[in-house]
Amino acid sequence: MTLPVTTPPSSPARGEHDRTLLREMLRIRRFEEKCAELYSAGKIRGFLHLYIGEEAVAVGAMQALTPDDAVVATYREHGHALARGISANALMAEMYGKQEGCSHGRGGSMHVFDAATRFYGGNAIVGGGLPVAVGLALADKLQQRPRVTACFFGDGAVAEGEFHESLNLAALWKLPVLFLCENNLYAMGTRLDRAQAETDISAKARAYRMPAEWTDGMDVAAVEAAVRQAAESIRKGNGPAFIECRTYRFRAHSMFDPELYRDKAEVELWKKRDPIAAHIARIKAAGVSDDEIAATERDVSDEIARCVAFAESAGWEPVENLLTDVYTPRP
Amino acid sequence: MKTTYREALRSALREALAKDPRVFLMGEDVGRYGGTYAVSKGLLAEFGPERIRDTPLSESTFVGAGIGAALGGMRPIVEVMTVNFSLLALDQIVNNAATIRHMSGGQFSIPLVIRMATGAGRQLAAQHAHSLEGWYAHIPGIRVVTPATLEDARGMLWTALEDPDPVLIFEHQTLYNMEGTLDGEGPVDIDRAAIRRPGKDVTVITYGANLWKTLEAAEMLAREGIDIEVIDLRTLRPLDMTTIIGSVQKTRRAAVVDEGWKSGSLSAEIAARIVETAFYDLDAPIARVCTAEVPIPYPKHLEDAALPQPHSIATAVRQVLARA
Amino acid sequence: MPSLGADMEAGTLVQWLKRPGDALKRGDIIAVVDTQKGAIEIEVFEDGVLEKVVIQPGEKVPVGTVLALIRDSEIAAAPAPAVARAPAVSPAVVPVPTVVPGPAATPFPAAGRLRASPAARKRAEGLGVDLARVTGTGPEGAITSADVERAAKSVTATLREAGAPPARAGMRTAIAAAMSRAKREIPHYYLATSIDMFAAQRWLRAENEKRPVADRLLMIAPLLKAVATALRELPELNGHWIDGAFHPGAGVHIGCAIALRGGGLVAPAVHDADRKDVSTLMREVSDLVARARAGSLRSSELTDATITITNLGDQGVDAGFGIIYPPQVALVGFGRVQERPWVVAGTIEVRPVMTVTLSADHRASDGHRGGIFLSAIDRLLQKPEEL
Repeated sequence: MTLPVTTPPSSPARGEHDRTLLREMLRIRRFEEKCAELYSAGKIRGFLHLYIGEEAVAVGAMQALTPDDAVVATYREHGHALARGISANALMAEMYGKQEGCSHGRGGSMHVFDAATRFYGGNAIVGGGLPVAVGLALADKLQQRPRVTACFFGDGAVAEGEFHESLNLAALWKLPVLFLCENNLYAMGTRLDRAQAETDISAKARAYRMPAEWTDGMDVAAVEAAVRQAAESIRKGNGPAFIECRTYRFRAHSMFDPELYRDKAEVELWKKRDPIAAHIARIKAAGVSDDEIAATERDVSDEIARCVAFAESAGWEPVENLLTDVYTPRP
Repeated sequence: MKTTYREALRSALREALAKDPRVFLMGEDVGRYGGTYAVSKGLLAEFGPERIRDTPLSESTFVGAGIGAALGGMRPIVEVMTVNFSLLALDQIVNNAATIRHMSGGQFSIPLVIRMATGAGRQLAAQHAHSLEGWYAHIPGIRVVTPATLEDARGMLWTALEDPDPVLIFEHQTLYNMEGTLDGEGPVDIDRAAIRRPGKDVTVITYGANLWKTLEAAEMLAREGIDIEVIDLRTLRPLDMTTIIGSVQKTRRAAVVDEGWKSGSLSAEIAARIVETAFYDLDAPIARVCTAEVPIPYPKHLEDAALPQPHSIATAVRQVLARA
Repeated sequence: MPSLGADMEAGTLVQWLKRPGDALKRGDIIAVVDTQKGAIEIEVFEDGVLEKVVIQPGEKVPVGTVLALIRDSEIAAAPAPAVARAPAVSPAVVPVPTVVPGPAATPFPAAGRLRASPAARKRAEGLGVDLARVTGTGPEGAITSADVERAAKSVTATLREAGAPPARAGMRTAIAAAMSRAKREIPHYYLATSIDMFAAQRWLRAENEKRPVADRLLMIAPLLKAVATALRELPELNGHWIDGAFHPGAGVHIGCAIALRGGGLVAPAVHDADRKDVSTLMREVSDLVARARAGSLRSSELTDATITITNLGDQGVDAGFGIIYPPQVALVGFGRVQERPWVVAGTIEVRPVMTVTLSADHRASDGHRGGIFLSAIDRLLQKPEEL
């Protein structure tokens, strides 16, 4: 598993920023672990898709975007939501279905939305977010705003027609979309080489006439660098760009998945490249102390405990409100 | 002013594009080709390629892009060539346009307008002859309108653009050439039905191209001494039940003319609602005139036989009266 | 047993991967569970020591069942029952919306007509029940078939009380009581007059020649109309004497005395006789007779009469002076039409002559008025075409 030549060399640890990266990835990791526990206890219902193992992608990418940019994600979006700035309280409350959730409890795990951070879901239809991202970018172009729409999706989406339609249209109209493919090798239970005749995803994107590269999705610094570079180019008006982040989810597709489709040995191999462990190793080598790391762990642990308490005590939306938010209220 | 349905639509588009810089039109062949039904002819030259956008044949993505652009502050008009092709965009319409507001807990509105041609009658055969506006009327979160008159073709678009929620406008393909006089040029409401012909014997409820077939039937029936009241629904979602029930309470009999196939059609919904609210005002069962349960055939005589026609509408009305 | 999916209801324990006494760290896999989708590993979410295994391999248990007990490793080794680290039982926390507040049924004002279902209407017609007098128990007071059936039963009961059902012993008793009371309480006076029926008969013959058999008239029709019209001139004969005062009838509802087979008598009303033409009156009287004999009269027909007529001509009686039906104030009797010598313009002719009698309540009218009434009937019957 050698790193490709195109990936920028990992930068030497730089104090504050690296601590930030660690904290952001740990927040996601502990939040997701807590979700697994709460789901098993029946507090979270429906479908739950954990981001454990892929934290570097969301964190690295969000660090390279501005608050003005837009984010479109998938149903495996808790990490993106936290890294984007949605509070753990609002997110956990949404998991519980409470009205203090970021989508007022109406969406649940797969439909996280937040207007303040320009977070447009939370999309449960594979590939369904790409056209919306194209449209957000179109609006920015027509209104001449130098904003980027970052569109996250998985290797499974590459098979959907929307992927091809959207990449084509974005390139044709030179729209400011950053297509971020999180290739974790499995579309639910179907491995990439069983779904795609051509498994080089970034090569497909290149065929649509946009700059496309792949990067090591387990290396948060690599992801950040790649996204920063691409975003800059997009903001200059060069049209869309595509980054394939090669990553791996350590957990099953969703909670109810015995993972009959992949080898335990493969999982163990990827776990050795745990992005958080790798980052910790690097920043320790650069001088960050064990105490600091432990302190960060404690802070994160407290935050998670608080968000669970928040969700537990948050309220259920009154049933009388059932029919609200279907149409926009008229003045 | 003498004009056509097509020209009325074009005037509406031109006005919208001129008045609001956020408005733009995108769809297949709306630019260089001038629109498959010539509705947007000349608009590219007048407003330029940024605002009149020819799209590739990617219904799902350009409808989804309309959703995204609306989220991003624009007022897009997406033209899906016909309702037949809209099926490719059904996921974006049903899972995004209709639901983002709700799923986000009310954080976002999607002020998107989608225009589509619909209906049968030109021997275009099964895959080009659907009337699925009744299907769309099933979905909470969107609005569905069916302009049947020149005034509505001219006036509904602006109101639809001003609406903060997605509005689907269905234009029956046989109406584009319809000629007539258009007096008003102003916006019209998109939430009320209209009584196009007052009458006292039977309330006949319809929309789109079938309005004209029903009015023709009304003339035939009038010569027999039967006086029907014709209601043009104008909006399929929401349905204007106030107008409908008020009429049924007066006439005590109802018939619905709907170009969808009868099973599970919008006419069934209307009949059910009438029975729910005005059961004790009815003197006869409700009649429905719909398309026969067959994919639309190509030869004219079979297509004509499959669709509602003035004579079949008149027959249904007579039956309603005979049974009373 | 954890809940691992929206549709997971139970799991089978396959294998324990830890033994009692083993130290556990958060994230450790403690067991393997088999589900409909396959075998899934179960993790623990807290540090501790496995104290006791509750469920054995091979056992299938519902989600929420305690599989094992884990002791918090920080608690001293006291043999206290371990803090049950079992996952919470399947939650029923969510307030189940038992009644979804549907959009309130748009309140459309009732169109102002009788709310009766089509089934109820059909039943009412068959039973001869007047819907206007039925209390509805259906939605918003609408009349149902059951309501109609109930009303029909009580009409029959009312009929019994009024002495009107198909002949029963009870009817005679009721009639006896009513007639005794009438004779006792009402100061009757009696008048009679003879009427030349030549014009009426000639008119009737001409009318019937024009009509199909089903629509032909009997003499009762113009007689009814003449009485009804005359009552407009003499309203004090049309109404009820109640509580020491005369109450004029709200309309001219003429009761027609009908003898029932097997004995018994009813006098159901033809409503608003003054406003109906002779054809309608004929139809209604026929209908009343038929229904009287079938026992399916409406209660309103039995109680609404403002005056009664009795036709004894068929029995060959020249003139009858009957007892008034209380609380009415008059009874008109028609005798048989008999050929008699009659002076017409100074010469004697044979004319069909009928005697009409009036029994009237002297509290409400006097002989003078009664006489005018009978004269009016005579006058009207001389120009039957104008009835």
